[in-house]
Amino acid sequence: MVVQSITGVKPGVDGASRLAARGVTVEYGARTVLDELDVTVPPGVVTTIIGPNGCGKSTLLRTLSRLLKPAGGRVVLDGEDIATLRTRDVAKKLGLLPQAPVAPEGLTVSDLVTRGRHPHQSWLRQWSSDDADVVARALAMTGVSDLADRPVDSLSGGQRQRVWISMTLAQGTDLLLLDEPTTYLDLAHAIDVLDLVDDLHESGCTVVMVLHDLNLATRYSDNLVVMRDGAILAQGHPRDVITAELLHEAFGLRAKVIDDPVGDRPLIVPIGRAHVELGRFEPELQ
Amino acid sequence: MNGADVKTQQTDARPSLTPGVRLGSVSFVWRPWLACVTLLLAAGAFLLFCLSIGVGDFPIALPRVVATVFGGGEQVDEFVIMDLRMPRALAGIVVGTALGVSGAITQSIARNPLASPDVLGITSGASAVAVFLVTVSGGTAAAITDSVGLSAAALAGGLGTGLLVYFLAWRRGIDGFRLILIGISVTAMMQAVTTWLLVTADIRDVARAQTWLVGSLDNRTWGEVSLALWCTLVLLAVVSCVAFQFKPLHFGDDVAAGLGVRYATVRAVLLLCAVLLAGAAVSAAGPVPFVALVAPQVAMRLGRHPTPPMVASGMVGALLLTGSDLVARAVLPVSLPVGVVTAAIGGPFLVCLLVRANRR
Repeated sequence: MVVQSITGVKPGVDGASRLAARGVTVEYGARTVLDELDVTVPPGVVTTIIGPNGCGKSTLLRTLSRLLKPAGGRVVLDGEDIATLRTRDVAKKLGLLPQAPVAPEGLTVSDLVTRGRHPHQSWLRQWSSDDADVVARALAMTGVSDLADRPVDSLSGGQRQRVWISMTLAQGTDLLLLDEPTTYLDLAHAIDVLDLVDDLHESGCTVVMVLHDLNLATRYSDNLVVMRDGAILAQGHPRDVITAELLHEAFGLRAKVIDDPVGDRPLIVPIGRAHVELGRFEPELQ
Repeated sequence: MNGADVKTQQTDARPSLTPGVRLGSVSFVWRPWLACVTLLLAAGAFLLFCLSIGVGDFPIALPRVVATVFGGGEQVDEFVIMDLRMPRALAGIVVGTALGVSGAITQSIARNPLASPDVLGITSGASAVAVFLVTVSGGTAAAITDSVGLSAAALAGGLGTGLLVYFLAWRRGIDGFRLILIGISVTAMMQAVTTWLLVTADIRDVARAQTWLVGSLDNRTWGEVSLALWCTLVLLAVVSCVAFQFKPLHFGDDVAAGLGVRYATVRAVLLLCAVLLAGAAVSAAGPVPFVALVAPQVAMRLGRHPTPPMVASGMVGALLLTGSDLVARAVLPVSLPVGVVTAAIGGPFLVCLLVRANRR
């Protein structure tokens, strides 16, 4: 599938990073969730934040998208401190899909995706032919044009997530932040949504997302950010980052990392207690 | 692939979108069904408004009412209509509209159909203040009543209670259920205060306080109505300015923020408007129950709109209140306060709503 960037803007040509956190500290009351954290989002690739529950990955994504105000440090978007930008200007540059968003019952797909044009509209100019074009393209890009008149709540989980991504695309940004886009989806629908994310990446979008499934993260991203206790443990290409040692350090997980039989990425095989016959194949892991 | 290719490719599979309308530099989304329903509701409310003026000991035919309302009637009619009956009929329209819009805002903010000004403590706060001023004689109470008037004091009481509920419900944002639970608690407290005041008060004061216990349009004067009218007009202007920024809030705070909306500000402004609208309504007619709860829900269903439509909700409110008042005066054998009739219509409707929600 060949897809054109929704705005027609060629992003990331200069190779400069568009979004970065510089010494960011976030606190919930007395608890420090992110501790002077530095991260740079490389342009034009898919960056996935992984880490154990409660390590601060969603907090990092929310801070990068300006939903949370850091107690220290700053987030830089296109060279400017994001805290000094107007909310509306941020929305024109950065699309955000929060975790498990809910639409009002009965709202149609086209109405939802249309709402994505909000940052470009005003009280006087609530709808234009440009808006119609962009919305139609966003619907087509996510493969939900046929569902335009259906209520969002009548769709399957995977379709619904496509529609929400479509709304984010209608914002017309090439920088997308997705907070656990595969939550509550079965594996087939999760793959479907991540294939869509890959299409967006192919079309030139920079994507930052949070995922729980390590193998999906490894398969679908070019840059992994591994977190633990509010700090970054490792960052880089999955082939360089994913090792049995790192998985043990980050998650306390015993696992074997093998070559993906259907791809060029590593594959994580977790070692639990049940039905594992380590002795037969891997005596050194026993 | 270049831009032109994209365009031709897209025209083939172009989905049906809600059409837009352009008038000069103004453009908006065109929803024919909702627009027609809203117009019909407005026409219905105007018809009931004229009927309400015409009904009474001295009946006046509809054409003569319409002529007089538009300034072309006879001298005899003009006195009866403009001086005697207009305040009551106008109060019905103004109070109904204010309650309908107020309910549409609170239900949208809480994302819950149960969140109406009745539940959020606004009406009970306003009536508690009014009852306090009526029953506690002398000193400060009398001074307040004399200087600002009972209606304005009731409005302030509603505002104070509404803000109290909002700040108590605030915990890193507003959660619908929390808002409703705190609203119910504060309502109960206000009703307890009212009951206590009534039990300890002089029996003649209790009779005077009756208006502030059950909403009524009886014996309205231009003074009371015009305060509510001007408040409502100003507030509706503010609401229509902010309403566009409010649309993304139906998807929750995070999505709204992602779409560039300063949601905390927008929500605070609109909630303040909702509280003041409800307060204005109470100051003119006492606590009329259920209109604010029912009107947005009826408007949603009639207008086939997934969220409470503001204008249509106001029209349904006006229609419901004026209609109830007409029923109370002309149809029922005994003249009842309008609050009793709206409760009799609103109660069963609420039950239907809940039963339907349970079955889903």
